[in-house]
Amino acid sequence: MSALAWLQPAVRLRPLLRHRLTKPIAFFLSLLPFCWLLYAATNDLLGANPAEALVRATGDWTLRFLCLVLAVTPLRVISHTPALASFRRMLGLFVYFYVVLHLLSYSWFDMGFDVTDIGRDIAKRPFILVGFSAFVLLTALALTSFNRAIKALGAKRWQLLHRLVYVVAGLALLHFFWMRAGKNDFAEVGVYALILGPLMGWRLITFIRKTRR
Amino acid sequence: MLIKTNRDGYCQPLPSEITSQRVYEERRTLVKLMASGVAGAALTAWASRAAHAQAPTLTPRPGKQPALPSVKSSLAGAITMEKLTPYKDASSYNNFYEFGTDKADPARNAHTLKTSPWTVEIEGLVKKPAKYTVEDLLKLSAQQERIYRLRCVEGWSMVIPWVGYSLSELIKKVEPLGSAKYVEFVTLADPKTMPGVGSRVLDWPYVEGLRLDEAMHPLTLLSFGMYGELLPNQSGAPVRLVVPWKYGFKSGKSLVKIRFTDKQPATAWNKAAANEYGFYSNVNPDVDHPRWSQATERRIGEDGLFAKKRKTLMFNGYEAQVGQLYAGMDLKKFF
Repeated sequence: MSALAWLQPAVRLRPLLRHRLTKPIAFFLSLLPFCWLLYAATNDLLGANPAEALVRATGDWTLRFLCLVLAVTPLRVISHTPALASFRRMLGLFVYFYVVLHLLSYSWFDMGFDVTDIGRDIAKRPFILVGFSAFVLLTALALTSFNRAIKALGAKRWQLLHRLVYVVAGLALLHFFWMRAGKNDFAEVGVYALILGPLMGWRLITFIRKTRR
Repeated sequence: MLIKTNRDGYCQPLPSEITSQRVYEERRTLVKLMASGVAGAALTAWASRAAHAQAPTLTPRPGKQPALPSVKSSLAGAITMEKLTPYKDASSYNNFYEFGTDKADPARNAHTLKTSPWTVEIEGLVKKPAKYTVEDLLKLSAQQERIYRLRCVEGWSMVIPWVGYSLSELIKKVEPLGSAKYVEFVTLADPKTMPGVGSRVLDWPYVEGLRLDEAMHPLTLLSFGMYGELLPNQSGAPVRLVVPWKYGFKSGKSLVKIRFTDKQPATAWNKAAANEYGFYSNVNPDVDHPRWSQATERRIGEDGLFAKKRKTLMFNGYEAQVGQLYAGMDLKKFF
């Protein structure tokens, strides 16, 4: 436990996680980026190219929530804080909320809701195809996120299905990497890779340990 | 009825648009006076008023930089009647990677650029290689205002009133040798004042290039100002190139060297991603960037959030003027 001394303050906050206001507060905080973007868009605060700013910001927030939701289980296990689990579904649905906004911004501002143009764009550009695939997978996860869906699928199958989020993380990172590749500018992509990499690595290690036993 | 001819690749000016010799010479005197420093501040103000009187369409000045008086260009295709992009947008949404890759970075960081003293070296296959100070260049030919469309390879566009003169004026002065086929433009790469030069995004210095006939085309502008004023640093002060029928990155900023060569220059973006950025990089709605369509564009500061993007024009709408430069060329191959 001494190696995890840095987690001590977090551990002391454990009772707070169970407070009845904690979830509503987390919900409200997760909505803040959306509120800011809405406010900025209507008050001309998004710079010279507001459409581009919105498409990018919603993409950024999708990635950030993806990092958050994937951090829940490693943090829960490492810090022995089961209460964290109760935040996972909400954070996952916020990933979906922001990816829907991302797709909506792209379809609306970039493509003018022209379905044939969007179809052609998905077929033509690998990085759009990768992003769209991630969206389709996330849709499947969002649609099966309710208790009744878990019951209907059975916990085992449900868990298997929801491991697709790892694929989503890979696709999302590839989508972002590809988008930035033209500018050879991988600094931000690197930051997300440095966050997602260890989160996935931890899962791999626990998986290997389990199967060896 | 308006009859336009494209006989020589661009529309011929109407006789009424041709400046009379008397007016032309008056202007020369004026420019010489100002350039020689005889004219004080008062005279400069008067001169700029006089310039306005000669060309009433001159753009209102934003008042951020010293004025750069000019007369409206009479060159065919040099003045688009489209709505100007607000100065605020044109000076805050820039690609100038030496100051950072975010489009807001140049306006934030470029204040460190030292634009005086500044020299531009002309070298390579020319009879008269020379080192020009920017003051020499400013008075080398009469300053004209030209309102060009600017199409970025990223899919957005602006309409900018530039001030400068045809690069051909300078090229004629240095007399290229018969063996010169290309012109290479080298821009400043000063790690002390340009934070982005430390990054590995591109090979520094940023180098661009044109075929000699492209460089000699009258629409190819050597620019010193925009919106009636000297260029702000983030737009490529003190002197830059503007090639309106090519994607924006072909127009090098803050030029320090112009080299005449017999080989196609290795240009910065072409070196970074040859399959994405060709040497020519003419605006072409039919040749997509590998990662996005080039068929449409968003006009910055004009097209609302929900407006459908506008169609991109062949050669950015300058086909009548420059199309003949590429006659017989496969533009899908030479993109």
